[in-house]
This record gives sequence, C-alpha cells and structure tokens, in this order.
Amino acid sequence: MKAKIKSNHEPLIHIAKKTPVQGWRAMLVRAGAIVAALLVCGILTVFLTDLNPISVYSSLIVGAIGTPRRIWVLLHDLAILLCISLAVTPAFKMKFWNIGAEGQALVGGLATAACAMFLGNSLPPHFLIPVMLIASIVAGAIWGLIPSIFKALWGTNETLFTLMMNYIAIQLVSYFCFVFSVPKGSGRLEPINEKFWLPVIGDNDYLFNILFVLVLTVVMYIYLKYSKQGYEISVVGESVNTATYIGINVKKVIIRTMVISGAICGIAGFLLVAGANHTVADNTIGGRGFTAIMVSWLAKFNPFSMILTSLLIAFLDRGAIEIATQHKLNDSFSEIITGIIIFFIIGSEFFINYSVKFRKSEKKEAKNK
Amino acid sequence: MNRQVAIELKNISKSFGSVYANKDISMCVYQGEILSILGENGSGKTTLMNMISGIYYPDSGHIIIDGEEAVISSPKDAFKYNIGMIHQHFKLVDVFSAVENIILGLSGSSILNMAAATKKVKEICDKYGFVVDLNKKIYEMSVSEKQTVEIIKVIYRGANILILDEPTAVLTPQETQKLFSILRKMRDDGKSIVIITHKLHEVLSLSDRVAVLRKGEYIGDVETKQTNEAQLTEMMVGKKVELNIERSEPVNTVERLEVKGISCINRDGIKILDNISFVANSGEILGIAGIAGSGQRELLESIAGLQKLNGGEILYHDPKTGFTENLRDKSPVRIKELGVRLSFVPEDRLGMGLVGNMDIVDNMMLRSYKKGKSFFLERKQPKNLALKIINDLEVVTPNENTPVRRLSGGNVQKVLVGREIASNPTVLMAAYPVRGLDINSSHLIYNLLNKQKENGVAVIFVGEDLDVLIDLCDRILVICAGGISGIVDARSTTKEEIGLLMTKTNRGDANES
Repeated sequence: MKAKIKSNHEPLIHIAKKTPVQGWRAMLVRAGAIVAALLVCGILTVFLTDLNPISVYSSLIVGAIGTPRRIWVLLHDLAILLCISLAVTPAFKMKFWNIGAEGQALVGGLATAACAMFLGNSLPPHFLIPVMLIASIVAGAIWGLIPSIFKALWGTNETLFTLMMNYIAIQLVSYFCFVFSVPKGSGRLEPINEKFWLPVIGDNDYLFNILFVLVLTVVMYIYLKYSKQGYEISVVGESVNTATYIGINVKKVIIRTMVISGAICGIAGFLLVAGANHTVADNTIGGRGFTAIMVSWLAKFNPFSMILTSLLIAFLDRGAIEIATQHKLNDSFSEIITGIIIFFIIGSEFFINYSVKFRKSEKKEAKNK
Repeated sequence: MNRQVAIELKNISKSFGSVYANKDISMCVYQGEILSILGENGSGKTTLMNMISGIYYPDSGHIIIDGEEAVISSPKDAFKYNIGMIHQHFKLVDVFSAVENIILGLSGSSILNMAAATKKVKEICDKYGFVVDLNKKIYEMSVSEKQTVEIIKVIYRGANILILDEPTAVLTPQETQKLFSILRKMRDDGKSIVIITHKLHEVLSLSDRVAVLRKGEYIGDVETKQTNEAQLTEMMVGKKVELNIERSEPVNTVERLEVKGISCINRDGIKILDNISFVANSGEILGIAGIAGSGQRELLESIAGLQKLNGGEILYHDPKTGFTENLRDKSPVRIKELGVRLSFVPEDRLGMGLVGNMDIVDNMMLRSYKKGKSFFLERKQPKNLALKIINDLEVVTPNENTPVRRLSGGNVQKVLVGREIASNPTVLMAAYPVRGLDINSSHLIYNLLNKQKENGVAVIFVGEDLDVLIDLCDRILVICAGGISGIVDARSTTKEEIGLLMTKTNRGDANES
C-alpha cells in the first residue's frame, strides 16, 4: 500500500439486499423477533409498573388459554377475525385497498338482526336462518359494490370511499338501535329470539362458527390459487397493464372481487350476530375490520398462514384483557405490549430480506496496514 | 506515458443478494481521456459507475482520488470530488427551463441572480460547443436537448470526471456525432470522460481506451488503437461470436395487415399518430425505426386493440378464409374471437407482457387460461409449454416455478417471445425485443423472428439499433413525430438516410438538414 488509506469516514452501517431466506429459517427469524419483543416488554414492564414480567406474561397466557372456556372464546375470536381477513384478502391481492371491512361486516350483522326481528314471526327457524345468511351476504356485497363501481368507472380513491362507508354503516346501526331499542331510547336492541340462533354442535355454542370459517378458509385458498377468477385477481393486482394486454376486463374483475369481499364480510357479521352476540350494536365488529388488514398482510395473503397470524393477534388480545384486570392496570398497558410484539414481527420481515453490514472491524483494519 | 490518475478503484465488490454485480474490480481513469466501459447487459457496468457517483456504496474495496481514499455515499459527495454522472433516465424538472434545471439545488446566496447564472451557463456552452436554447422549458425539448442540459448541469457543478450511461441509446446517428465532438472537446480540455456502452462501433470511433467487464469481473483494458471489433467481442462474451444475421429473400408474400390512415390523439390533445398507412406482408419482416417515443408504441398498441383511435382503419386479411376484418377499436378479446392470431411482444416486458411475481408456468397461462368452460385453472398444458420453452430457447432458470422477475433480462425476453410464438401467430409484433439483451440472446431472438418470417408470418419489428434493422428487415418504415417520414428498402438503404428520415417531419417544424 503506497498511500496511507484512511477508512474512518466509512458510514457505520449500510444496508444490503440479500436473497430472501426461505422456509424454516424465516420462521426462526420471526420466532426470534417474538422472543426479542418479549424481552423488551419485560424490561418495560419492570420499568413502568414495578411488576414481575414473568407474572405478567403468565397472566397473558392464562388469560388466553387458562380454562377450556377461554380456549373456546379464543378460537371463536380467531375464527371471526380470520373470516374478515379472508374477506379483505381478494381485494388486497388485487391492490384494491378495502379498509371498509368494518362497515361491510356491520351491515351484514344489521341485516341478520333485522331479518330476525321482522320476519321472526312469519317464518320458521330452519327457513329463517338461510334467509338471514342471504340477507347478510347481500348487505355486505352492496357495501362492497358501491365503492368498486365508483373505482372502476370513475377512478375514485377506494381508500377514502370504503372508509366513509364504515361511518355510514356505524351511523345506520346507531339509528336503528335507537329506533327499535327496548326499552325505547336506551339505544340497545333486545337479543334476537333464541330460536334463530345458529345451531349448537355438541354442547359448544361456538363450534358452528369455527367450523364454518374453517371451511371458508379452504374454499378461499382454492379460489385464489386454482380458479380462473383468482388468477385474474392476481394479474390485475400485479399489473393493470398486463391485464388489459391479455384482454382481462379489469372493471369487471374489480367489481366482482369487491362484491365477493363485501359478501364474506357480511357473512362475518352474520356469524357474529346469529352465532355469538345475538344482537347488533355499533361496536359489534370492534375494529376487527382493520385488524384483519394486518392479519392478511402478515400472512402474505395466504389463507392458511392467516390462521397463524389471526391466532397470534387473538391470543394477544385475550391475554391483554387478563393483564389489565389481574394487575389492575388499564387497557393501555396491555395494548403497549401487543403493539411492541406486532412491531417486532413486522420489523423482522426487514431482516429476512436485507442484511445490515457494519463498518469493518478494527482487526481487519490493522491487517490492511 | 506520464498520465495523471484521476480516479483509482481498488478491489471494489458489490453484491445484491447472492449475486455479485461487481467482483474485486481494480482500475484507473486518467485525466484527459475518454474511457469506454464495455460489457454486456448485466455485466455490472452501471453498478460500478453508480458506486463512483454515490448511488450505491461498495461492500468492500476502496476508491482513491488524489492519493486519498474517497468516501462517496451520496451523489452530493460525488460532486465534492468533481464527479458527475449522466444517467439513462434524465432527472430534470419538466416545467423548469434549461437554466433553472442547471442551477437547481445548488447553494449560494439567498438571492437568486438569474442573469449571472445564465451568463455562466452560456460560457460553458460556448466553450464546448453546446447548442441549446437555455430558456426553453424541458417539456418542450427533444431527448437530445434534454441530454445536453444534463451534461451542462454536471459541468456547471464543476465536474472533471463525467460518467455517461449509454448516452447514445436515444439519439439519431447525427445527434450521436454531435455528442461525440463535444465529448472530444471536453477531453482536450483535460476532463476525464467515462462512457458506458455496449455498442462496439461507438467504442472504436470515440474512446482512447476500453475497459471490458464480464459477469461482474474486470477482464482488462486495451488501447482503442490496438484493438478491433472481433477482439472486443471476444473479451466481452468470453468466446468467439458470429455477428452476421442471415436474411432470406421473402417468398410468397401476400398482404396480411393493412393500416389505412390511422390517427390518434392523446389526453393532452397532442397527435401521437398522424395519418399512418402501411401494409405488412406475410413472409416479410417490416422494421420500424424512429427516435424513441415517436409513436411506435401507440402504433403497435392500436393494432393490438389497446389504443383508441380517432380515425382510419386497420384491415386484417385472413389467410385461411380470405375474409377481411377491420380491427379498429376492437378489444384484444374480440380480436382473438375473430380468429386473428396476433402476437405482441410489448416494449415493457415485466410491466405489460409478463407478470414479474408469477412463475413461468403462470405467465404461460396469461394467453391461454380462459380456454375451456371449467371454473378452475388448467396448469398442465402451460407447464408443458413452459418446459418446452425453457428447453428450446435455453432459458437459464432454476426451474419452471421461478418468478420471472428473478430471471435476467435476456431470459425474461426468451420467455415472453417464446410464449407469443407458441400461439402460431399470423402477425407477430415485437417492440424492442433485444433491448438489454446480450449478443448471444439477441441473435437467438433474430433467428426466431427470421424463422417466423420463413413460416409466412407477417413480422413487425420495432428496433433502435439501425445496424440491426438494416441487416434483419426487408423493408423499414421510418416514423417521426407520429407520422411516417418514409418507407425504405432495407437492402439498399443507409444508416444516414434513415437517420435523416427520423428527424424529418412532414409538418416541417423540425431540424431539416
């Protein structure tokens, strides 16, 4: 080396893309992220609350799966979240940002409750339940259809449009809850007649919903992967140019897919109202319409992976409630923990796709001289 | 020779994932020389230069300027070392004038002295012989003018080392000559010019020295005077290559596609196609030459049913039935239903012809998935087709389930051309089918087109390399600003004749020379 080479200007770190890690190694990175998140949460717990992090974590687990009843509740939460996630998936795969699942599911629930209320006296249960299902599908589909028509024909922004539709749905439910509330003006609907609840399989009232969503998961997987319509969704999502080039009617695909997306949201509303809550209120969906987007993305739009991601979220949610009540902390703290864990999991995707290179160590530097 | 080193690279490496873009490269650029960096696409030329100009940061190795190690982690750092790069895609603000773009982003006193800036820019223009209207807005400029602005911009910032990434790709032969004379003047002024290219004749006519890269590795450098085309090709490819295109005489030609006076007005009210008429015959390759963006894309897309027309008609003479169909304003699906076997290799391969994230099998399916009444997809035939194309066209891929975006440019193109040919077309349109391909792949594509021609297909080939157009086609249609400025016989025309036609409009508002 003739010239003295100064290397201390080199940036401390730089980022390089690497071949994405496959299969179990990627899972390992994700598992590592959860462990790291738990460590950070532990430190934070000690710092903010003076509680023993181990006991906090154990109440998280107990809260989620501590008793058989809790396990069923967890599975049911998982199923409903999964159902809405399955619903938004075709839309997101098509790069149609449907953030209106909340509203689509809510109108589905409203339609179910309305059927029970107004047709309950004139139709027998075995006939009314299918009617409720169809009504919820139609309601959800209409809620998906409206923004998609505007998007397909006039290019309006679907994000804002679907978001607005949420508020309309919420206000609509509030209105009907007020008008038909018992006692009048309380803002609460009377639970629907027990005759019209979804069938209880064995002695478990949630099993029907869980099995229903399980079947739906398989159907959605097949639809996306093996059907011509699913293929069209992928092509339109990847490139509208390619779709036009090979002669796909892009407008038709957008509208059709959003009708499907809205319809499945409607089914989620039906399952919630007819199978679990037995009434409808403006908070029936409880933000799942938005959480579902995260579930779907984390699973990279694969319906089977979504079982895992929705399990994770439902698990953290149930556990968080227990933390809040057991340790007399308010909801915010458990939400912090949930937030940190999800942040780490999303962040781990970065380490699966990129590697961070640090400035060369001192030792190597010395060898150069 | 006692030459002053302007910049020295030592053991530079850079990888993207598991792929080495540059591997252990050491080289020098001297002051007052024109150095060509020659290499096939994907050989790492642009990556290497991007590291000098601060776009990328090397994984390892050193860049030494004036005996000191330089750390270039942003284009701003590069300017600190007087290095300027002119990229293939211009980075100019459309609504600003030339001067405004040139001084954009420079710090100075907080009051902008436009007059002084203009004066300084003018001095640079006079010194090197740039001809450009400094107050013209960028969006009114031709590609060549925009490039001039980019070069002035870099010099205005005091660059002594200029790097040009494939500067002639968008220029006519005449414009190229003009650019070369300016570059020579700059060299005589002591500046170092590095030009990235894969066109051999340009290397030979312009540069003083040639450095060759192959597959990310530095093969060596030679004085231009002491080398020739054959040696350079061998260095570039690693083996001897036959560079001739075999052209057969057209036989049994009949009129297949007749375009009659088509016009097209875009959203801004500008005529992108202006009364275009021509005939494409079966068993013949019709070339289309023109400056990039003169309406080539719109012309092909109108025929493919992707572009709405404002006038004229497109007639297809069916060889089987003898009927004539008007394809104007028919959708691609409708055209297919009429039994017109039209294949189209669009310019934008991954954005239009293929879906990058899908594997080869699913990309094969794009053309055929609708077949049959089943609700479900049928992947067996597409899979066989994929395997056949991989085998016949020697596509380099781990397997048929690899997403096409992971393939190199040449292999992507083989997949696309292979699929389009597989449907047994009667008309085959290909837009820039060899852009970005190495010499071997390019010749493979030429052979495929020639074979189609011999099978009686009417081939329409839009190209940018005039040498290739002249060697491959039977007739060449020259398009300029949306209109036809001439149709010439490829066997008797010259590059200069086509070059002139490329800049001559029938409206007479361009540089008639």
